[in-house]
Amino acid sequence: MIVLVSLLVLLMLCSALAALIFKDLLNAVIASCVVSLLASILFYFLHAPDVAMAEASIGAALVTAIFIIAIRRTRRHEE
Amino acid sequence: MRVFLSLLALAVIALGIAMTLTDIPFGKPKADIATHYVENGREDTGAVNIITSVVLGYRGFDTLGEVAVLFVAAMGLGAVLATGTRTPKANGWEPASLVLYTGCRFLFPLIVLFGAYIFIHGHLTPGGGFQGGAIIASAFLLTYLGCRGRRVHEAWSSAVESLGGLTFVVLGLAGLTAAGHYFLSAFLPAGTLGQLFSGGIIPLIYIAIGLKVGSELAGVIDRLVEESQ
Repeated sequence: MIVLVSLLVLLMLCSALAALIFKDLLNAVIASCVVSLLASILFYFLHAPDVAMAEASIGAALVTAIFIIAIRRTRRHEE
Repeated sequence: MRVFLSLLALAVIALGIAMTLTDIPFGKPKADIATHYVENGREDTGAVNIITSVVLGYRGFDTLGEVAVLFVAAMGLGAVLATGTRTPKANGWEPASLVLYTGCRFLFPLIVLFGAYIFIHGHLTPGGGFQGGAIIASAFLLTYLGCRGRRVHEAWSSAVESLGGLTFVVLGLAGLTAAGHYFLSAFLPAGTLGQLFSGGIIPLIYIAIGLKVGSELAGVIDRLVEESQ
């Protein structure tokens, strides 16, 4: 259990860092979507299925879609 | 001088916080209210899911505030984005492939059914109005990816949204007049614990919230997608 949770947290940290580093904003948005997905798995293992559901549907699906639509309207690459 | 003063103020605040935090035992509940909810939540509200019994049973008025916050956010986005009249523009996107189109048409009713299941069973299983509404909105998001010509009918979406909010408030006021205690008091019989038709007004409120949140988020996505074309 503790191994699984630490692995999830480590992966979350890695993808959060990747979201900061990526210059292509589309890649950064997908990396932050991965953070949300891993967070929802983590919530499920921590016995919070309600929060996991909200995180998966809002954090991973809707927020990512809204960011991608915003990128479509603006520039894709960070300077 | 100003830097020195602000550093002094920060040091005083840090000292105060540190002095406060050292007195609090870590990880121990300070109030008995959480244990009361866990032990008596089922009998008090009739909802098997303890989170639902807190969200709608004990703290129903807070949930009304949350719904209002979401409503204001969606309204603000609409006011910013809906500049001018909504003209049906020619769809500039290339059509989706046959696999994506067929997959979306096949998956859309299943995802809506799943979202409806989640908010109708909000008092029995994990999830509730907000989660179910978000899942329904993600089904509408899928149609924008796959079936690109389709749009949410705006009159229907705002009608469902208004009906959801109105149902919530009317149920609260009915509790106020029927039971006479307070806003959103449980005036319907709680029924047998664990049945689908139980929990008094909790399933009704969750259905209202689910429809409201789903139509609101679908409307937000609809406006954004329309603007991005």
